[in-house]
Amino acid sequence: MDMLDILISASFWAATIRIACPLIFATLGELICERAGVLNLGIEGIMTAGAMTGWLWVYNGGDLLGAVLFAAFIGAMFGLLHAGFTVSLGLSQHVTGIGITLLASSLSYYVIKMLLPESSAPPKIVPFQSLDLPVLSSLPFLGVALFSHTALTYAAFLIVPIILYLLNRTPWGLAVRIAGENPVALEAQGIDVIHVRTLAVMLGSALMAVGGASLTISAFDAFYFGMINGRGWICIALVIFASWRPGKALLGALLFAGLDAFQVRMQQQAGVHIPYQFFLMLPYVLSIVAMIIVARRAQYPKALLKPYRRGERV
Amino acid sequence: MQLELRESTPWWLSLSAPVLAIILSLLLASLLIVWAGESVLSAFHMMAVGAFGTTFALTETLSRAIPLTLTGLCAAIAFRARFFNIGAEGQLYCGAMAATLVGTGLVDLPAPLMIPLLFAAGALAGGFALLLPWYLKSRLSVDEVVTTLLLNFVILLLVSYALEGPLRDPMSLGWPQAAPILDNGVLPALVARTRLHAGVYVAIMAALLLWLVLRYSAFGFSVKALGFNSSAAEHAGISPARTLFWVAMFSGALAGMAGVSEVAGLKGYLTLDLSPGFGYTGIAVAMLANLHPLGVILSAVFLAGISVGADSMGRALDIPSYIADIMVASAVLSVLIGLMLARYRIRR
Repeated sequence: MDMLDILISASFWAATIRIACPLIFATLGELICERAGVLNLGIEGIMTAGAMTGWLWVYNGGDLLGAVLFAAFIGAMFGLLHAGFTVSLGLSQHVTGIGITLLASSLSYYVIKMLLPESSAPPKIVPFQSLDLPVLSSLPFLGVALFSHTALTYAAFLIVPIILYLLNRTPWGLAVRIAGENPVALEAQGIDVIHVRTLAVMLGSALMAVGGASLTISAFDAFYFGMINGRGWICIALVIFASWRPGKALLGALLFAGLDAFQVRMQQQAGVHIPYQFFLMLPYVLSIVAMIIVARRAQYPKALLKPYRRGERV
Repeated sequence: MQLELRESTPWWLSLSAPVLAIILSLLLASLLIVWAGESVLSAFHMMAVGAFGTTFALTETLSRAIPLTLTGLCAAIAFRARFFNIGAEGQLYCGAMAATLVGTGLVDLPAPLMIPLLFAAGALAGGFALLLPWYLKSRLSVDEVVTTLLLNFVILLLVSYALEGPLRDPMSLGWPQAAPILDNGVLPALVARTRLHAGVYVAIMAALLLWLVLRYSAFGFSVKALGFNSSAAEHAGISPARTLFWVAMFSGALAGMAGVSEVAGLKGYLTLDLSPGFGYTGIAVAMLANLHPLGVILSAVFLAGISVGADSMGRALDIPSYIADIMVASAVLSVLIGLMLARYRIRR
């Protein structure tokens, strides 16, 4: 099997879409936060919390949809905490984010250790099953590649146009975008900047948590320690790569997932010649490369990282 | 609610940040202890005894405070200049790798030369690990937070490869670990039958030196100016790129030295679990000390005490030792609020 064989195999494309699912959710979540002017470095921990809570919900007998909503709720609560610090009080977004990542992931591990003290192998649940779309899934090649995924994976793709519509076509989306560009102008319109930013961070964090949950209740069927493994940081790089545009974020996530699926398959053949660690490095190295590529024309939201305090000069 | 900048901060308020941080993290920990069905007071008592109660406990806490002081200093100098280096974990491993490369047979010098050589190699390697993030930030304005975070994963995989390949100790019976540091490179123990080693002096000296440099040198002034207002600093003739270069080198070097001290002092050889997140905890150490180099020593001892105490409590009671990380995290968050209270007053 050489490179071309990989590219024309339906399983490669199916894997690409599967790997992209958590990245799409979390990248869009980070994108919303940043469009409102808030860098959310809590993403890594919020994804961990989402992965844990979503899994826990199903493990305790809950249904899968409930698990997604529960994870989203927990994510939104961490978002509220983040916004309370960075938006209401205007504290350092960097330090708050790192603190929340530490807090959310260590709390998740604490909860798991409390509830399942003795388990050596992490217990499994019944995750989302692949949902073969009628007619479409029986198409040759495309059926396997595109139309036999889990409901949550389809949802990841459906959420992109929804976010696009929300950000670009609704008054709230406009308010979010202005909050990230020129909060004083928003205040002049009589709209509460704190309110807009807080909601955006909560919504974004909820999406991050769903991204994390998609790992434990859709892609895999158990919660492992350290399973987010830097995916959150990669999503932050993807947001920059996407120039803060949801459509490009989808493309970036797919491109990235494709390269990831590709490297796994290359690794299986090259295994003897090239140590596996170098393949595992690729996602992180590629994220850095992606940021370098767009560096010169990166259009940051102008008020990103800038706290807004009413009446204080900027 | 309105926040108003204070004209001056009373001295007792500037102490509020660490005090508030400690109280809030103890409160959160109490909730978790109650949930675990244990008595809060006896759990905290066990933690305190486990961290500071016996000679052995005290030496364990102090030996854990060594790398935390160094990574705390690494974060302190970087954050002062608003260079958000979150890559101390990776830089620590770079330092550890350099010490392993130099100290396991490349050269064999008498101890007074060998030990400084190892630290120099580690400091250089740690600084080197920040070269790319520095370059990308100052030339292409690529965010250093993301690059340093991502490099942590790259470097850890590099270490994993090195331990299974070129650096693997042939005598290790297949374990992924490097050959031991030669005897002349090993930091001497300070208290018999404990793990406390001479790295303590390195950490204290590093903190003192950094404090003097930041307070009395022109470079220290540039760092301060850059942290306050980078465009004003630039107008005053301070080159941000050059100042950031030295900030990055110092910062990386300090993390690299933490790696050396762990390899040559505590463990004796490089493994993949050399650091249980010292790089990340270093940020908490620096924040709790309000980025003051001498305060870093105190907050490192305190946070080291929490994790050593939590470990020993976790062994005795049914409380997962992740509680230490939770306390560290809540300390980071609450110290932010404390610092704000010191700078602003709240008006209704």
